Amino acid sequence: MEQFFQQIINGLTIGGIYALVALGYTMVYGVLKLINFAHGDLFTIGAYLGMTLFVSFGLAGSLPVYAAIILVALMVMGLVAVLGGVLERTAYRPLRNASRLSAVVSAVGASIFFQNAILLLWGGNYYVYPESVRPTTIVSLFGMGVPAIRFVLIGASVLLMLILYWFIHRTKTGTAIRAAAIDQGAAKLMGINVNRIIALVFLIGPGLGGVAGLMVGLAYGQIDYSMGFSYGLKAFTAAILGGIGNIPGAMIGGLILGLVETLGAAYLTIAWKDAISFFVLILILIIRPTGILGERVAEKL
Amino acid sequence: MIRSKSSNNTMKNAHIWLFCVFALFMALLPQMLNTYWTAVFVSVGLGTLLSLSLNVILGQAGIFHMGHAAFYAIGAYVTAVLNTRFGIPILYLIPVAGIVSALFAGLVARPIIHLRGDYLLMVTIGIVEIVRIALVNDLGGLTGGANGLFGISRPEIFGIKIKKDLQFYYLIWAFVFATLILFHWLNNSRFGRALSCIKEDDIAAEGCGINVAHYKTAAFMLGAFWAGMAGTLFAAKMTIISPGSFTFWDSVLLFAAVILGGGSQAGVILGAFLVFGLPEIFRGFADARMLIFGLALMIMMIIRPQGILPPRPKKFTISEEWQKKIQNAAAKDA
Repeated sequence: MEQFFQQIINGLTIGGIYALVALGYTMVYGVLKLINFAHGDLFTIGAYLGMTLFVSFGLAGSLPVYAAIILVALMVMGLVAVLGGVLERTAYRPLRNASRLSAVVSAVGASIFFQNAILLLWGGNYYVYPESVRPTTIVSLFGMGVPAIRFVLIGASVLLMLILYWFIHRTKTGTAIRAAAIDQGAAKLMGINVNRIIALVFLIGPGLGGVAGLMVGLAYGQIDYSMGFSYGLKAFTAAILGGIGNIPGAMIGGLILGLVETLGAAYLTIAWKDAISFFVLILILIIRPTGILGERVAEKL
Repeated sequence: MIRSKSSNNTMKNAHIWLFCVFALFMALLPQMLNTYWTAVFVSVGLGTLLSLSLNVILGQAGIFHMGHAAFYAIGAYVTAVLNTRFGIPILYLIPVAGIVSALFAGLVARPIIHLRGDYLLMVTIGIVEIVRIALVNDLGGLTGGANGLFGISRPEIFGIKIKKDLQFYYLIWAFVFATLILFHWLNNSRFGRALSCIKEDDIAAEGCGINVAHYKTAAFMLGAFWAGMAGTLFAAKMTIISPGSFTFWDSVLLFAAVILGGGSQAGVILGAFLVFGLPEIFRGFADARMLIFGLALMIMMIIRPQGILPPRPKKFTISEEWQKKIQNAAAKDA
């Protein structure tokens, strides 16, 4: 039972990270119908930027740990968001009216570019987050120790998702984003500046992805240049699982995927850990072809 | 559109000429290459073969398929297992590997073929990852885990053992040219027309009496069959195979080659040359070579969003008998 509870915590931690990355995929898909293959690499850049900021500015020593983390998180969010905006402007906007697969190939090019840029800037070795920024407090719960940082990370991802949910569903700009996702032409006629909305989505999505990268560093301590690939693929699976384009779907999909994967690895098979998520995806899509919360679109075949 | 027969023939002749010139060029090319570049063109040839097979699925039928390396892997592993365990000669294994790949493709395609574009894309990525992980986990004790299998023998044709890069060059490119002819013929057949129709609008295709799910599955299996055969050639060329050769990224590169090329045969060849050849040309940039390659991929896509050489829309001539019938009908209406 104790082990089970521990696994739930682990599953929620990783699930929260998947959900944050998945939000970036799903929002971009919502407005552009584009799979942003470079999103996983923006996430990796977030992890590396976080590490560099911690180390080079000596933030770890001079500030209280949690204050330093919050500060770095905001900086990472801003920097990666800007990068996402630049990416949209240069690699995707010229292909807005082209076939969707052309944009996918451009995204693949961007992904290769970013991955190798990270490789050139930081090198191919594993990096370890400094111990001083990883709070070592252990909270004891039901008689067992759980690192406090896990709870903080779960809390932070839930908080970010709630803010996003509020933003999308309760503000005027959020409504404009939803309108642009449903029908760009009609949104334009209603006086919405669709270009600005798309640019905004490319700030929010990568921003959240960057923070998720930082969270991986804080939770597991270790980052490497190719981690965007597996996290990105899983997060995209999560987005599809929840029904792509659907924001609450991405959140639920991420959490479910994190839990299923962690529990599956703990109780079924560790060797097939990375395959579990894909089996789940295929099963769900066979039963519900548009994901858990996906809109029902008639596809008669 | 009704076209006169003669201009159609000129077009046809131009194609045949282009094909012959290209074949001649590729036949003479090794004379100008050192061993390193011969080896590069062997892998470009394999890439071309795979891209052509993916083109049936992605370019002709318009199915978003990003897991082609799975079928390639199955062909290579079937070859390796049967050859190392039972000593079956490589040449006999070429069709066997193709058939096993095609059967696997049929099995996985049937339940998922109706999925909407991007969902299907994700599922095919899932398949390629599941296959890779299965290979790493030494499925059934056959695949040798992460180290893979080694000791695959060389193919033997008319008593000549194919082992030098130059020999593989001719074997693989001969295969490519045979494929070109076959797929060209297929593209103009009833099957090819059905696929074009499905690609343009699958609901309209269904309305025209084309069994869409059936044809899509068939396209999937045909592409997988060819990828499986390419897998045999790869296994025989390398003599060592491991799961690392069949990753998601290999699938993505094939996908990029087809889209970049635009979908016509000449385009796909060009796409394969760019995707599999450019990283070698950029070798001078040392560490930055893949960085430049990523950038080049983006720029090429932005310059030619429709691909370098998209296929011309198909044109059909109406026989004189029918032209008369149409004219008569029109006269009647008037």
